Amino acid sequence: MNYEELLIHMALKDERIVVMTAENRALVKNIPAALGNRFIDTGITEQTMVGMAAGLALRGRIPIIHALTPFLTMRAFEFIRTDIGIAGLPVKLSGYIPGFLSDGNGPTHQSIEDISLMRGIPGMQVFAPADEDDLVKMIPLVWQSKYPSYIRVNHKKGSYSHASYEEGKAEIISEGKDITLLVYGFLFDNTLKAKVLLEETGLSVGLVNMRCLKPVDEDAIVNAAHQSSMLVAVEDHLSTGGLYSIIAEVLLKRRISLPVLPVSLEERWFKPGLLNNVLESEGFTPEKIAQKIAKEYYQLKETMYA
Amino acid sequence: MQSFEEESLKATALNVRQHIINMSTGGGCFVGASLSCVELIVYLYKRFLNIGINTINDPSRDYLFLSKGHDVPALYGTLAEIGFIKKKRLKNHLLTSDTVYWHPNRAIPGVEFHSGSLGHLPAVAAGVALDCKLKNASNRIVVITGDGELNEGSVWETLLVANAYGLNNLTIVVDRNQFQANVRTEELIPLEPLADKFSAFGCDVCRIDGHDFLAIDEAFSAIPFAHNKVNVIIADTVRGKGLPSIEARADRWFCAFSEKETEQLRKELLENETALLESETLIVR
Repeated sequence: MNYEELLIHMALKDERIVVMTAENRALVKNIPAALGNRFIDTGITEQTMVGMAAGLALRGRIPIIHALTPFLTMRAFEFIRTDIGIAGLPVKLSGYIPGFLSDGNGPTHQSIEDISLMRGIPGMQVFAPADEDDLVKMIPLVWQSKYPSYIRVNHKKGSYSHASYEEGKAEIISEGKDITLLVYGFLFDNTLKAKVLLEETGLSVGLVNMRCLKPVDEDAIVNAAHQSSMLVAVEDHLSTGGLYSIIAEVLLKRRISLPVLPVSLEERWFKPGLLNNVLESEGFTPEKIAQKIAKEYYQLKETMYA
Repeated sequence: MQSFEEESLKATALNVRQHIINMSTGGGCFVGASLSCVELIVYLYKRFLNIGINTINDPSRDYLFLSKGHDVPALYGTLAEIGFIKKKRLKNHLLTSDTVYWHPNRAIPGVEFHSGSLGHLPAVAAGVALDCKLKNASNRIVVITGDGELNEGSVWETLLVANAYGLNNLTIVVDRNQFQANVRTEELIPLEPLADKFSAFGCDVCRIDGHDFLAIDEAFSAIPFAHNKVNVIIADTVRGKGLPSIEARADRWFCAFSEKETEQLRKELLENETALLESETLIVR
């Protein structure tokens, strides 16, 4: 089942669900035919869509709302924070083309601060599926919950068959004595491949698919910190406010000190291009991720034994 | 409307104005913007809205959304007069032990949604109105906006969408008191011809004296104005209405009066004795 089929399936079972879009129908092409007037397209009006979603939720509806994620999370930020956040209404945000998935669009369309913004809203839950399989496994629980939530939608097909989603839990793919890679969203696949490359050099490498960034699975981070001598945060997001920051917050809170390497974007927008070209030029191919991690790891070992 | 009914509304409005004056000391409040919409709110609760103390959460009730927000003393005064909240609760204004502060919040019975950030509630109200349409329900949804608030693009964005969906169960009432926060609208960001602007966005518009209960009654009695358009009522009002010493004073936006000053303002309201105001003006809130 893909995103849209699951959406139709759930909406047909639950009259409270309405599907909204700010005129971006890529993910909801077949919804008008399936749901009739429970499909609401507000035109290119992210602010009004969010405000109206709050009003619909006041009437007992569960609005599942769609837009390109830079415009949803930034153009309408104050409406999300004020109308949905303060009221704690169960509005479900689906943002698409997050991070590198905006490939050739350019910086206007790059959402590389969405995790930081959305997790800054009290009560807002934040999800980042690795691929379509991961997405459809988490959606039923996310949409059935009474909380507002943001999904950093990644509907691309991946190569991995994920475990079923457990509320509030990260997916532990493997544990490693030397390094644990923590990742969310689209970069899961390349990070999985980077892990194999690192293992081929004799390292013991763990991998955690974070799945939910808020509330975050603190134990998954703490356990990784106890098992490995280095953690790596891989994300197509600025290193401020995303997973690297989340790991830092958790380690500080639990009074744990260990090296954490960010493989993320530093204080600039990425160079636009076809996705593969972007991954190459920004250093997020499996080989480049592995190289960066290995270099940092061996430098660290040298310092420790110097 | 019978004349005794109008007199009853006037009496309530006078009481609400006294509540507003009472809330303008001990920290103060947005007095001028509250006084300009007293007749509108009193009329809505006493004559128009299908909502009572026992139907506050009834899905078939009518809805009032206060979008400009800082006029909330007028709403609280009215809610106290009609028994939604106890009058003594107004004395808790600005105490953290209660939830009566400068902007509306949903913890107060009768407040449908929080506001304060301008240009939000037309969209929230449109969401409520759309749900009522989807359910073929006959609720009426009223939003009071400021005129300065119309600077916000989100208001106009929402009008486009609401008219596209034919939401004639939605009524936008503009408290046209001619002022932004500190400056006259027409001196800063001119709004006129305002009715033409709303018409051009697809609304059906009427313009009335917002302090005249008969005119207000006539306008609301005609709702819905059209088959598939948002209703807009531009209510011409006076900021600070009822208190000549602050009426139309650009610098009397947020007022934090002393007890002595509020005593004088009560006399000005009830006995036409001019109040001598010395407290600071143009306070930033």
